[in-house]
Amino acid sequence: MSEASHTAGAEALALDIIELSFTYTGRPALDDVSLAIKAGEFVVLLGPNGAGKTTLFSLITRLHDRRRGEIRIGSFDVRRQAVQAHARIGAVFQQPTLDLDLSVMQNLAYHGALHGMSPRESKARALAQLERVGLADQRRTRVRRLSGGQRRRVEIARGLMHEPRLLLLDEPTVGLDIASRRDLVTHAHRLCVEAGVAVLWATHLIDEVRPGDRVAVLHHGRLLADEQSETLTARLGVETLGEAFDRLVGDEETACD
Amino acid sequence: MRLMPWVHCLRGVVGRELLRFLHQRSRFLAALVRPLVWLFVFAAGFRMALGVAMTEPYQTYILYEVYIVPGLVGMIQLFNGMQSSLSMVYDREMGSMRVLLVSPFPRWYLLVCKLLASTLVSVVQVYVFLAIAWVYGIQAPAMGYLYLLPALLVTGFMVGALGLLLSSFIRQLENFAGVMNFVIFPMFFLSSALYPLWRIREGSYLVYQIAALNPFTHAVEMIRFAMYERFNADAVLISVAVAAVLLVLAIVGYNPSRGMMARKGNAG
Repeated sequence: MSEASHTAGAEALALDIIELSFTYTGRPALDDVSLAIKAGEFVVLLGPNGAGKTTLFSLITRLHDRRRGEIRIGSFDVRRQAVQAHARIGAVFQQPTLDLDLSVMQNLAYHGALHGMSPRESKARALAQLERVGLADQRRTRVRRLSGGQRRRVEIARGLMHEPRLLLLDEPTVGLDIASRRDLVTHAHRLCVEAGVAVLWATHLIDEVRPGDRVAVLHHGRLLADEQSETLTARLGVETLGEAFDRLVGDEETACD
Repeated sequence: MRLMPWVHCLRGVVGRELLRFLHQRSRFLAALVRPLVWLFVFAAGFRMALGVAMTEPYQTYILYEVYIVPGLVGMIQLFNGMQSSLSMVYDREMGSMRVLLVSPFPRWYLLVCKLLASTLVSVVQVYVFLAIAWVYGIQAPAMGYLYLLPALLVTGFMVGALGLLLSSFIRQLENFAGVMNFVIFPMFFLSSALYPLWRIREGSYLVYQIAALNPFTHAVEMIRFAMYERFNADAVLISVAVAAVLLVLAIVGYNPSRGMMARKGNAG
């Protein structure tokens, strides 16, 4: 599966996960996961709750790293070259992480400072990203007054301020209404094209997969599939991705028993 | 790495902490009312029961109110340090900790920035408290207020690092009530904040020994001496050493391959 992209040359890879395993309180949370994402590629990490998606993100962002295997961002190992690797990751976490009492701009300026930017540079970059997500007018608004969808867009703008090669989104549509969800998915796709950033989008919602998206199915910490959604459905001989997902997960359950 | 990015990082973390503090007026008010209640109510009532005889660094007989001000300064910092360190990890702030930790700067530096930021917030609280105390009539020598500043930084780091350390290793201390009962109250009451050590010894030798070992006692004495333009070498050395050790342990606790992050963080 990812063998082809492995040989495509390390330079082109925004994220390269090689044989990653992680045990959490004796239970394997991730088991021999390999995943490679090229610049500008959009990959949906699909898996039910508890599949290991958040764990995978925590390992990539190095919230913890007692693990086996390798994770590289560009050509940098996240453990050995943490500084360079971190500078190339943008992240939108599952739980909201904006300061509600601060303005949009204050939140973004804080992020800029955390990446070593001067106030002026932070402001310029923040403004550019806010324009991209259509929230430039709201920059002085307190985050508390924004809607759920707008807050998410601010977080995406924040995640892109330091021009990362890889943008991680961990179930970013949780709690959003249908229209906001659709907008967010569209927006993330556009980023791949416009900014050339690789996107890893974790979700348990199958309807967030667009035609042509590459889908990585994670279940019980194992990667069960990693291919274009159409290729996957064709390979399994089913009509929809939902069926394909049930088939994969079902097989896995039987195999486990 | 060049120097300026590090400065920007520090400025950003400190700036955010101060901004948040300004926005949370109720927290500021609580931080201020607590020691003032002790000063105006507790000390006023206690003054009859406990006169403080001449004791270092005071040069005359003093009122009880005068005696407990340095202890209350320590209490402000103790509360603030615990509060900010714990809120950093628990509640919805878990998110903001993640934001901090995905920064490309080394983790020890981020934690030091964070501790410095919360310490500066407590310094603001302390000086506002001292200003009110000054109006009330409890006045230290002018230079004492300046000498106090480094002492406040050391104490702030000490209690902040302690809070961080607790939050990284002990899950049961998740709510603030637990921390009040098992950390703040013992540290505060078993120290020289409310009564001089020699007074405690008259009451109970065991409590005296505990209080003498309590690092908070030394922090309070450092503050007390600094306020009266004196340098208490023992207290300063012990406080600095304890702060340094706690800081190192807290950083170890936040090492991604052990401590808190390795054991928690698995949500799905």
